[in-house]
Amino acid sequence: MDITAGLPVTSPVKRLTRRQLIWRRFLRNRMAVVGAFGIAFLFFLAVAGPFVLYWKFDDIDTAAFLTPPNSAHLLGTTRSGRDVLALTVRGLGKSLLIGFLVALISTSLAALVGASAAYLGGWYERSMLWIVDLLLVVPSFFLIAVASRGAPEGDAAWILLVVLLAAFAWPLSARVVRSLTLSIREREYVLAARFMGLSAARIIVRHILPNASSLLIIDATLGVGYAILSETGLSYFGFGVQPPDTSLGTLIGEGARMATTYPWIFTGPAVVLVFLVLCVNAVGDGLRDALDPASASGGTA
Amino acid sequence: MIRYLGRRLLNYAALLFVAVSLTWVLAATQLNPRALFQLRQPPIDPEVIENQLLRYNLSENVPLVERYWTWLSGVLRGDWGYSPLGVSVAEEISTRMWVSLRLLLIGTLLGILLGVAFGAWTATRQYRVSDRVVTGISLLIISTPAFVIGHVTQIGATWLNNLTQTRMFEFIGETGEVGDYPLADLVDRAQHLLLPTLVLIVLGAASMSRIQRNLMLDSLGADYVRTARAKGLRESKAVMKHALRTALIPTGTYVAFSVATMFTGATFTERIFNFPGIGQYGVDTITNRDVNGVVAVTAFAGVCVLVGAVLSDIMVAILDPRVRLA
Repeated sequence: MDITAGLPVTSPVKRLTRRQLIWRRFLRNRMAVVGAFGIAFLFFLAVAGPFVLYWKFDDIDTAAFLTPPNSAHLLGTTRSGRDVLALTVRGLGKSLLIGFLVALISTSLAALVGASAAYLGGWYERSMLWIVDLLLVVPSFFLIAVASRGAPEGDAAWILLVVLLAAFAWPLSARVVRSLTLSIREREYVLAARFMGLSAARIIVRHILPNASSLLIIDATLGVGYAILSETGLSYFGFGVQPPDTSLGTLIGEGARMATTYPWIFTGPAVVLVFLVLCVNAVGDGLRDALDPASASGGTA
Repeated sequence: MIRYLGRRLLNYAALLFVAVSLTWVLAATQLNPRALFQLRQPPIDPEVIENQLLRYNLSENVPLVERYWTWLSGVLRGDWGYSPLGVSVAEEISTRMWVSLRLLLIGTLLGILLGVAFGAWTATRQYRVSDRVVTGISLLIISTPAFVIGHVTQIGATWLNNLTQTRMFEFIGETGEVGDYPLADLVDRAQHLLLPTLVLIVLGAASMSRIQRNLMLDSLGADYVRTARAKGLRESKAVMKHALRTALIPTGTYVAFSVATMFTGATFTERIFNFPGIGQYGVDTITNRDVNGVVAVTAFAGVCVLVGAVLSDIMVAILDPRVRLA
């Protein structure tokens, strides 16, 4: 006789790894999933666009100055006869490149400075915190504009812009990383690593930063949106990306002067920019909900 | 307490001094005011240019340290210097400050107020349709740069003006054509303030509502609110007196900070609606290679940030009994 016959059938409990759990929580946020697809689509557009589109961004169509959108120029042309669609794709590429690079650099910098300040302490921590305060006191927007004003011009000028944007973007995150590290460095595994004789650099990179990774990932994602907004803001005033190269901000700045009479130069880049930042922010929100167990907006796992 | 405060203020003063000095070095080496005169047609005699630059302490032929000392001793006497064309920087700042204040005060305060109300309200309705709609709209606004919102508002206003064949919406400058009816001056100013204020309210409310919603969600889940409900308080009382009041403490510090720093925070709005305030001055000084001007704007902004930091400390002490009694 089968003694288990009368018992309810229990299916084996499905255990989720942390990665699966995070993935599941991220997928639950529909805005974030749409945002991720949106970013992928914009990346594809920026990379493939220049090969697919008939007009190049620096082509001049002498037969069409300031024409509204038509079959030859899907988003119309500018005053100098350049195709707005090709310019927008080019500007999108530049803004994406700058945004992601700045976020990567500034988050890495924030992680290294914040973690090392908290771990090493002493005069090093005090001087780092002082530098952070110094960078937070000055209006970064104006200083970046001043510094890029006297910079050499040319094809590589945007690299300087990336460095400047990153140099002013890290301080706030560094403070957050520092306060998180203050609690991590007292954990048993960090103490164990220290008593095993590992060097400070190795402990920070191998034992502290991986345990702050949730924060760093969220910070980097939201940093992309922040960097794109800063870059386009500077370019809007003519301080950022310089012609003949273009970014979404440069284009919007050019189109804005005639926005009430010739709206198409303004509309195309503006819609793409808003869509891009919206996608980045949606993904950032989704990641925060998925990665941060304390977040109240994430719902239950 | 007094000693702690004194030490802090001293640290702030040192911070500001170093920040402004570094800004001066950056501006003096990067802005090159000579280029302003070299491109003039007909060309100006180089000697005349040199004399003009020397007069305003802008010539790069004078060693940097000497120029810095001239600038610093001027600032210590209260003289912030002149633009390359000879306009007093201190005068510009002191008139433009009030323009910024007139433009920004209403918009900033109303934006914060609306944001707090929306944020707290949506938190009590988490995941309902109204919450999702408001959260979605605020995410959209936060993702839209201020200059896009400003220009879209202008396009809409022009469209409405053409549709109604009136000039209901004015969006250039602080004043315009004044009619000759009683209080026409006031009506004209209000017309010009309407659109930029609307932009400021929308921007401020969107970011504030997100912050407030998160704070409120945290405090709604807190033990003391559960206790308040468990002991049988009415829902409205539990939410308003127990949850909202604690959720407003961080908001208070944020408000103190953002009111102090609003002067330089609305560069785009000032520029688009052509209000000659501090933010627009900052951009103009950089475009016009005005070394002394850009340093003065930086110093002004730095003072604002530090005043904001002190104010928010005071706000915490007023609002949070845990800090006050400790």
